[in-house]
Amino acid sequence: MVSSRRKFIKISALGLGGAAVSAAAFNFLSGSTYLDELVYAKVTENYKKTATYCEVCFWKCAGWIYSDENNNVKKIIGNEDDFQCYGRLCPRGTGGVGMYTDPDRLKTPLIRDIVNGEETFREASWEEALTLVASKMKAVKDTHGAESIALIKHGEPGGHFEHLLKSFGSDTVAEPAFAQCRGPREIGFKLTLGSWVGSPEPTDIQDTKCLVLIGSHLGENMHNTQVQEMSDAIDRGATIITVDPRFSTVASKSKFWLPIKPATDMALLLSWMHVLIYENLYDKEYVEAFGLGFDQLKDHVRTFTPDWAYGITTIKPEIIRKTAREMADAAPAVIVHPGRHVSWYGDDSQRARAVAILNALLGSWGRQGGFYFKEALKVPDFPQPAYPKPKWTWRELSAKYPYAEMGVTNEVIRQSIPAEDVTHPVKGWIVAGCNLPVAIPQKELLLKAIDSLDFMVVVDTMPMEVTGYADVVLPECTYLERWGSIRSSTGREPSLALRAPAVEPLYDSKPAWWIAKQLGEKLGLHDYFNYTDYSEVLDWQCKQVGTSLEEMLKIGVKNYPRKTGPLYINSNLDYKFPTKSGKIEFYSEELASIGQPPMPVYTPHPEPEKGFYRLNYGRAPMHTFSRTANNPNLNDLMSENCVWVNPKVAKIEGLNADQYVWLKNQDGVISTFPIKVRITERIRFDAVYMVHGFGHDNKKLSNAHGKGISDTEMVTKVSIDPLMGGTGMRGNFISFIIENPNKNI
Amino acid sequence: MRLAMVIDTKKCVGCSDCVVACQTENDVPIGYCRDWITETVNGSYPSLELELRSERCNHCDNSPCVRCCPTGASHYGTGGTVLVTKNECIGCGACIESCPYDARYQHPKGYIDKCTFCNHRVKEGLLPACVSVCPTKCMYFGDLDNSHSEVSQLLRNRKYKTLAPEAGTKPQVYYLI
Repeated sequence: MVSSRRKFIKISALGLGGAAVSAAAFNFLSGSTYLDELVYAKVTENYKKTATYCEVCFWKCAGWIYSDENNNVKKIIGNEDDFQCYGRLCPRGTGGVGMYTDPDRLKTPLIRDIVNGEETFREASWEEALTLVASKMKAVKDTHGAESIALIKHGEPGGHFEHLLKSFGSDTVAEPAFAQCRGPREIGFKLTLGSWVGSPEPTDIQDTKCLVLIGSHLGENMHNTQVQEMSDAIDRGATIITVDPRFSTVASKSKFWLPIKPATDMALLLSWMHVLIYENLYDKEYVEAFGLGFDQLKDHVRTFTPDWAYGITTIKPEIIRKTAREMADAAPAVIVHPGRHVSWYGDDSQRARAVAILNALLGSWGRQGGFYFKEALKVPDFPQPAYPKPKWTWRELSAKYPYAEMGVTNEVIRQSIPAEDVTHPVKGWIVAGCNLPVAIPQKELLLKAIDSLDFMVVVDTMPMEVTGYADVVLPECTYLERWGSIRSSTGREPSLALRAPAVEPLYDSKPAWWIAKQLGEKLGLHDYFNYTDYSEVLDWQCKQVGTSLEEMLKIGVKNYPRKTGPLYINSNLDYKFPTKSGKIEFYSEELASIGQPPMPVYTPHPEPEKGFYRLNYGRAPMHTFSRTANNPNLNDLMSENCVWVNPKVAKIEGLNADQYVWLKNQDGVISTFPIKVRITERIRFDAVYMVHGFGHDNKKLSNAHGKGISDTEMVTKVSIDPLMGGTGMRGNFISFIIENPNKNI
Repeated sequence: MRLAMVIDTKKCVGCSDCVVACQTENDVPIGYCRDWITETVNGSYPSLELELRSERCNHCDNSPCVRCCPTGASHYGTGGTVLVTKNECIGCGACIESCPYDARYQHPKGYIDKCTFCNHRVKEGLLPACVSVCPTKCMYFGDLDNSHSEVSQLLRNRKYKTLAPEAGTKPQVYYLI
C-alpha cells in the first residue's frame, strides 16, 4: 500500500537526478493549464547546484546547494544517491541556509586588547592575528614543548587544526564528543563485542522487527537515516519499545512505553537478561558459538528478577517479561539501540556493556535487522613528511582512565590548571567549533583553566560564548563557502561525498584549511601544506580511489561496492569477534584484572531531595545544541527552551503554564536567565526536562541571547566514569525560584 | 483532477522540516510560515496519546476565503487548489478572517500569502517542497480523481480525518490516524 524507500529510490533512478524524483509519479500534470502565471516562479531558475555535505550536525548528509548569481544561497536539498540521507535532509540541514545568512556571524579576526583601561576585542587583519597566534604557539613550544598546546575540536574544521598541531609536534587533541557524549557506549561495546559502535550507528533499522530505545529519543534527535528507517519500520508494523521517563515523540509511536524512574536503567537491563536466560529465550546457537562467560552471566543475573527490578524501576514485572519476550520473538531482527549521548551517571560504560550483552543474548550483532558490519573506504592522506613524534600525547594526558580511547576534554581542563597532580601541563588551547561553556559541565573549573592558559585561540563562524574568553578569535566561513575534507563514511556500503564552495565567503571570514595552512607556513611547516588550494588535495585523494574532483563536482556522492565480506555473520559460526578472546565477552577477564566489575552491576544513584527534581535534557529536532540557536531559520521554529513539568509538580510548586521561573540546583547555582514553564503530562513527577543548547549570554547572538536557560549551567556535579573518563551529567537536581533572584542587584 | 495531500500522523515526528523547506523554497520571510506543526496530547500520565500534525491551507472544495474575496484575487486553480493572485490582492484581510484553519498571513509586502501546494514545482513534475523533504515520508500528494493514485489508495485503506469538518469547507488535506 505504501511505497517503501527501496521502491522510492527505484522511481527516482528513472528521473533526471536530484530534482526529478517524482517525474514518473506526477507527469499527469504536464501540459495542463494548472499553473497560475502570476504566482509562477521557475523552480530551477538559473540556480547553480553545488555539491556539499551538511555541517549542521555530525551526521554529514550529502546535498546540493542552490545559489543564484548574486551569491544568495537559496536552498539546500539532499543528494538522492547518499545512503546517509536518501535525498532528504532534516530541518537543520534544510535550514543550513541560515548558517550563511546569519547577520551575527563573526566577520573579522579579533584580538584581545586593552583600550582605555578596559579589556576588549579590536578588529585585526588576518596577517596580524595569524602572526600573533604563531608567535604564541612558538613561545609555548620553546618554554614547555609543543605538546602543551591542546586542540579541543568538533566537526570537520577541527581536522585541519589537528593536522597543523601534529605537524607542529603536538597530539594533545580532545573532543567533547567522547567524554561528554558517546565515549561510554564505544567502550562498553568494544569490551563486549570488540568494536566501537561508531557513527553513523550500524543499526539495521530498515529490516528490524523490534527496535528498543533506552534513553534515545529518535525523532527528536534527527539522526537522519535512523529516523527515515524508523518511519519505514512503523509502516512495516515493527514493534518499538521505548524506555524513557518522558513520553517522547517516539514513545507515542511505540507499542510499549516504559516510563522508567530515572537513573535505574541498569536494573531494567539486568532483569531483561534474567528473563531471556531463565525463560530460555536467548539465542542458544549464537551464544554457544560466540560467547565467553555465559555461565557466569547466568549466575550473575539469577537474582535480578523482574520483581526485583520493579521495586527499583517502577516498571511492572509483567511488562518487563512481555517486552523481553517481544524482543526474543523478533530476534535476531531486533535492535537494543546503543544510544548516543550516554554520559549520565558515571557507570555508563558498564550500562553500555549491559546493552551490548543484551544484544548478544538476542543474537542481533552482525545479523539482519539487528546490527550490520559497516565498511568505509580508506582514502590516502595527501603526501607529506611524517609527523614529528611528540614526547607525550592525549593518551598519556588521559592515562588516568584505562579506556580513554580519545582525548578526554575534562582531563585537558584539569591539566590546564596548575596543581601538584598535573602530569602533562597544558598552556595553550586552540578551540575549533566547540562552544565549551555550553558543552562542558562544571563551568567554574572550565573558567579557571581558561584563566590559567598562556593563550587561547578560538575558530568559529559565530560569536559563541567561548569566543569571549579567547585571546584571538578567527572567523571561519561556513561550510557552504568552502572546500571540506572528503567525507568517507561507514555504512552498508562505503561512500564518498564532496563539499565544494557554492559562494564566496562573506565578510573577512576564511576556510579552516586556509587558516591552518597560513599558520603552518608562519611556523615553518611548509612541507605539510604543500598545496595552494585545498581542491588540489581533494583532487589527488579522489584520484587515489578511482574518481576525480571533476567527477565528484558533478555527482557529489560516490558509492563503492563492499570489499570486507558480507553485511552479516549469516551462518558463519567460525566468525571471530574482534575482542581479545575472539569471543563475545559476557564476563570480562580484562575488567576483573583491573579491579572493575567483570559484569555490569546495578548501583543506586543519588536521588533528589524534597523540592528538587532530576534535571534531564535532550534534543529538539530543529536544533543542534547551541550551534543553531541563533540560526534565523531554525530560531524561527524554536527560539527558547522550556522546562517540562508534570501537572502534579506544578500544583505542589505553585507553577502556572507559560510562567517564567529561575532554576536553582543542588549546589545553589541559579540560572542566569528565567525559563518558561511547560506543564505537561508527558513527564514524570520526579524529573524535569529541557532541550539542551539555549540560554546564551553573549549579546552578540541577537536571536538567542537570554532565551531560555543552559542546562549545562545547572550541571555542577559530575560522576566520572572510571573506565574512560566520561562526565556523567544526569545527577543534578533543580528547584524552582518564582521571584526574580536578580531584582535587588 | 482533485489535488490533495495525505499526512500520516502515525509517522510524523513534528520535526518542522516541512516548515523550513517551505520557507526556503517559497521565500517566506523569517517570522512567517505557510505551514506549521501542532501537537495534541490526550490522557494523563502514564496513559497518553500524542498527535503531531503538519498543517497548512486545506485547499478546500468549498473555500470561504474565495467566497469572501472582494477582488477575486483568491481563486481556484487547476486541481481545485486555492491560490491568491498577488497583484489583484488589496490586503483587506477578509480571507484571513474567514479561514477556519488560520492558514493565511499578510506578507510584509502587503498581499495575503499562503500555501500553493507548490504549484510551481508540481507543474514541473515535482512534489511540493514539504512532501519531498519530509524525513519520515509521512506526507503524500496526488490526484484523488485518479483511483490508482497513492493518495486515493491510502484513503481507501486507512482510517483518516480532516480538520474542522463541521465548518463545511470540504478540506483536501487528510490525516491518517
